[in-house]
Amino acid sequence: MKRYVYINDNESSHELYCDNRISNRKYTVLNFLPKNLWEQFSRFMNQYFLLIACLQLWSLITPVNPASTWGPLIFIFAVSASKEAWDDYNRYLSDKKANEKLVWVVRQGIRKHIQAQDIHVGNIVWLRENDEVPCDLVLIGTSDPQGLCYVETAALDGETDLKTRVIPSACMGIDFELLHKIKGVIECPNPDKDITRFDANLRLFPPFIDNDVCPLTIKNTILQSCYLRNTEWACGVAVYTGNETKLGMSRGIPEPKLTAMDAMIDKLTGAIFVFQIVVVMVLGIAGNVWKDTEARKQWYVQYPIEGPWYELLVIPLRFELLCSIMIPISIKVSLDLVKSLYAKFIDWDTEMIDYETGIPSHATNTAISEDLGQVEYIMTDKTGTLTENRMIFRRCCISGVFYGNESGDALKDTKLLNAVAGSSPDVVQFLTVMAICNTVVPIKSKTGAISYKAQSQDEDALVNAAAQLHMVYANKTANILEIRFNGSVIKYEVLEILEFTSDRKRMSVVVKDCQNGKIVLLSKGADEAILPYAYVGQQTRTFIEAVEQYAQLGLRTLCLACRELREDEYQEWSLLFKEASSTLVDREWRIAEVCQRLEHDFEVLGVTAIEDRLQDGVPETIETLRKAGINFWMLTGDKQNTAIQIALSCNFISPEPKGQLLLIDGKTEDEVCRSLERVLLTMRITSSEPKDVAFVVDGWALEIALKHYRKAFTELAILSRTAICCRVTPSQKAQLVELLKSCDYRTLAIGDGGNDVRMIQQADIGVGISGREGLQAARAADYSIGKFRFLKRLILVHGRYSYNRTAFLSQYSFYKSLVICFIQIFFSFISGVSGTSLFNSVSLMAYNVFYTSVPVLVSVLDKDLSEGTVMQHPQILFYCQAGRLLNPSTFAGWFGRSLFHAIVVFVITIHAYAYEKSEMEELSMVALSGCIWLQAFVVALETNSFTILQHLAIWGNLVAFYVINWIFSAIPASGMYTIMFRLCRQLSYWITMSVSFTLSVF
Amino acid sequence: MDTDRERHRARETAFYLFTQQSLPACKPVLTPGWVIAIFLFMGVIFIPVGLVTLRASHCVVEIVDRYDIDCVPEPSRMDKVSYIQDDSIPKNCSRFMKVHKYMKAPIYIYYQLDNYYQNHRRYVKSRSDKQLLDGQKYHDTSYCQPVESNNNRPIVPCGLIAWSLFNDTFEFIREGAELKVNRKNIAWKSDRGHKFGKNVYPFNFQNGTLIGGGKLNPEIPLSDQEDLIVWMRTSALPSFRKLYGRIEEDLDVDDVVVVNLMNNYNTYSFGGKKKLVLSTSSWLGGKNDFLGHACVFVGCSSLTLAIIFVLLHVKYRRPYGDMSYLPWNRKSFSG
Repeated sequence: MKRYVYINDNESSHELYCDNRISNRKYTVLNFLPKNLWEQFSRFMNQYFLLIACLQLWSLITPVNPASTWGPLIFIFAVSASKEAWDDYNRYLSDKKANEKLVWVVRQGIRKHIQAQDIHVGNIVWLRENDEVPCDLVLIGTSDPQGLCYVETAALDGETDLKTRVIPSACMGIDFELLHKIKGVIECPNPDKDITRFDANLRLFPPFIDNDVCPLTIKNTILQSCYLRNTEWACGVAVYTGNETKLGMSRGIPEPKLTAMDAMIDKLTGAIFVFQIVVVMVLGIAGNVWKDTEARKQWYVQYPIEGPWYELLVIPLRFELLCSIMIPISIKVSLDLVKSLYAKFIDWDTEMIDYETGIPSHATNTAISEDLGQVEYIMTDKTGTLTENRMIFRRCCISGVFYGNESGDALKDTKLLNAVAGSSPDVVQFLTVMAICNTVVPIKSKTGAISYKAQSQDEDALVNAAAQLHMVYANKTANILEIRFNGSVIKYEVLEILEFTSDRKRMSVVVKDCQNGKIVLLSKGADEAILPYAYVGQQTRTFIEAVEQYAQLGLRTLCLACRELREDEYQEWSLLFKEASSTLVDREWRIAEVCQRLEHDFEVLGVTAIEDRLQDGVPETIETLRKAGINFWMLTGDKQNTAIQIALSCNFISPEPKGQLLLIDGKTEDEVCRSLERVLLTMRITSSEPKDVAFVVDGWALEIALKHYRKAFTELAILSRTAICCRVTPSQKAQLVELLKSCDYRTLAIGDGGNDVRMIQQADIGVGISGREGLQAARAADYSIGKFRFLKRLILVHGRYSYNRTAFLSQYSFYKSLVICFIQIFFSFISGVSGTSLFNSVSLMAYNVFYTSVPVLVSVLDKDLSEGTVMQHPQILFYCQAGRLLNPSTFAGWFGRSLFHAIVVFVITIHAYAYEKSEMEELSMVALSGCIWLQAFVVALETNSFTILQHLAIWGNLVAFYVINWIFSAIPASGMYTIMFRLCRQLSYWITMSVSFTLSVF
Repeated sequence: MDTDRERHRARETAFYLFTQQSLPACKPVLTPGWVIAIFLFMGVIFIPVGLVTLRASHCVVEIVDRYDIDCVPEPSRMDKVSYIQDDSIPKNCSRFMKVHKYMKAPIYIYYQLDNYYQNHRRYVKSRSDKQLLDGQKYHDTSYCQPVESNNNRPIVPCGLIAWSLFNDTFEFIREGAELKVNRKNIAWKSDRGHKFGKNVYPFNFQNGTLIGGGKLNPEIPLSDQEDLIVWMRTSALPSFRKLYGRIEEDLDVDDVVVVNLMNNYNTYSFGGKKKLVLSTSSWLGGKNDFLGHACVFVGCSSLTLAIIFVLLHVKYRRPYGDMSYLPWNRKSFSG
């Protein structure tokens, strides 16, 4: 499972690996038609319509012209096919642009300008400043003497800060000219989509230095779609190309999500299908019986005595075709149309634009707006979602002294300022850790001001705070850090960086003081990752108190610590670290293990407290949505106290007398089990009381609970309206979503960071906040919004309206098809059960795809209640959640309505137009106009607010019906010649219309 | 220019309002007052309309005479089918119709067939509109199955409908003198003009082995064969009347009209009925009480509903927009 990339070897890898042609296309010109048709026909509805259309080609059984089904069918197919084709063509264009971009590549030792698609694995690619990276490269040289370069990875992970990338140590110092001739081999894993890992090795061939294996990490790569910034040039070896790059691999097609409503509509369609089969069988049998008993006596019909073998099938099949309109062909098209309009409404909504950043809301997934109205559980991340993720250093505790407790801002605490001015050693040490124990890059602007590019908001806050306390992290050149403190410049050489991982929960740097040569380990991390490792004899009680006190205030705490290393200790460890860093298997785990060997016996310096302010409107939003019957779960990686404090401050849970927090904890299975059962018991008792009960669980207990006590935990999840899960990993977040989904709840996951992506993808609806942690979550999500508070509008306004509108639209579509179908069925009883169609083909087709679908489409503008009312009474959402507007019983209502209306129209028509007026064409037009009037009436009745568009569509449609039929009546060749004129002249026609119209009111 | 720009801005704002889903809208609320008013209004409108319609229907004088059984001589009644199929027996028959009310000309003569399925699928389909218009120039007679061709030549007019043409004939005598029956213009003008060809002659109609209904004079073009044109307008219902002609003289009360008819058409094999109908007409058409009754029914039930609603409204009056009626504000509500 390894890939060997031979650098600059033009032949060997050509056949093995693909070239750099990017293809996001689904189709080619040749396979478009078959592939697209195949995809469309894999849907049951389409198969059904195709079958019907094919049956209609048999003229013996078709009641109407085959065009009445083929027309709409081909139209529908053409619409979705051309949409696909258009999308695919655009993808092709953008691919082509990327593929034909010219890049500098070394060929036969000479730099050549070639198209990006001709890059092969092993080629050396040269990039200039601001160039886009065409494929995944391993850096081998840059313009920077230290081998650094900066890349912007926004297109990859959405993070807008610059990242430093460095050339591998083996390539250090190779001359610019020699890079053309470099030879070697890179041993790297097969392509995967993990953009944070690249566990590979590099070995250069002589004459280039030694035979040493040099480890490569993600730090040594620049990935496709990144941009080279602040670096004159860089060059690298292509390791993954084309669709096999990290970006290409992660570009999977996400599973299409199906809304609860779609599922319900499918179910109802199935029910109608069954009903249709029953009707067809009954009528088919009745038809055959009637034929044998009555029709054979009717000499004018001339039934042959002996029919062909399929004779028994003919009548049932005729009825099948006659009833095929029961399942409206237009429903899919109408639904797709309105759904994309719902999505557009979300995009357009000016009330959901984040004016701070100017980012509007966006619906990436256009198909699931109705689900927003049916959300029952919201799983929310904390940092960056509920809070602003703008960290501000507020307080600190340095060797037992609390700063910032009085004013709430340590930076203004005179005690601290005095201590800084007096260069108190503890404080200086503390500030040093704050300033340099990080991966921040200082950037000096032309005016001399220093700004920091940090990947973590915490680090940013700490460095900035340190700078304000006169410990300025001024410059970084290669491994040398420059710090200015009270006018003096201190230099440190960074020896190693022990990076932060969510498992270790701390990060450290090993630096060498350039003045006295001392090697120091500086660490910062979560309290439980630092305090237990303090050297024996240090009193950590004050620190524990400080952590608790800060957490109570909802502040994020970090413990800072340091340890002086002996030279030999460092050297020894350094070898181990190097080895661990170059392993290919389980590298992360190995590194963690090695780090552990160094990170102990800390001298704890102090605790910092960083405030992360709540976003605007969070408490109100949570309260409103809570009233709407939505349950909230908070899933955070933060520690328990902080999580609880944030939860309290944003109305998530109520304080003591009204609310109650139940803790599930424990380190072992038994403890967790006991505590789980205790909580469950309390929960059952209090479930009848009007008390806000919430449970709190941490990652460890959750792991055990999910593994061993899944059933009990599921029950708890159902009982509990609120939960706080702290210290959970991304995969646990996803598991929790999965758990709730398996209980048949509609879940919405909202988050902003990369750690929320899995939960967002797992949930029925994923909402991403395009925030400071980048766009990763927003990209993976179905909806992206700028601020948490927009969620209220998204659910209550857009979700609810979408649900109501689709509920009406879908049921109406069935209603109108059923009306016309019932009339046909009734008519068959007075036409000798022979399967005669009362309506002609043109009318049937126009009824289905035009007369009845246009007015209903404007129902997407309907608002039953104003936005203000819904916001004021969020309880109204219960109706959507419970699916009160679209379920089998409402559907039965519509079914009954269609039956009643069909009876009214049919009975009135055949009695008012009896005897000498019973001419077929006239009678059919009377019945059809009856249906048209009724449907206009139904739409008007079901519309709550009439805008000009609704008036236009409803009444304009009626007018259009008459105009179209007058036109047909004016053509001598049409079967309807003069019919409509004759009818409109008759007073009895208008009386019939008004009677059937009013009778349907009852 | 200015108006242009203003219009442009107006359009822009209209579109903006559309995107924000905040187009100006009227929200009619069906308050009890409105509902009662609407029902009252409906009652007030429909009862008079219904009465007028009923009156129009009652003004129509209609005489219906079923003759299919009585016109079969006593001895043959046991086997009417063989009687009707026996060409050697003369089919003459006389009926007496007594006028019970003054009938004003024009008096329409209809023949009515009951239990006759002109709307049977096999039957309705069996015609060729193109052939009726263009005659032999149009060769495709496949629609006309099973009566499509004779001696490899398409039958003109082809199809079951034409083949089963009704062929009873009627003569009317009042007080010894023949009543003049106008048999022109009984078909739709549009049919004569645009649906049936002026140069199409039924040269080989009813020449086949199986003779159905009436025959046509091969000398007369289809556009003038009005009986055929009337017959070809198929009926959607199994009981229907078709126009035979018009009497253009008034008939007085107690006049007795003697009808000499030829009872040729076979309805006996399937138990159909044949009736002769003399009827005047009104603005509504023929005699038909249904619409009037329906209107009166609708009107009355609207009024009744209006009254019920008024009573309910008075008894259970409640203020409009009272929050305490919202389900979650009621005590019994459990979310």
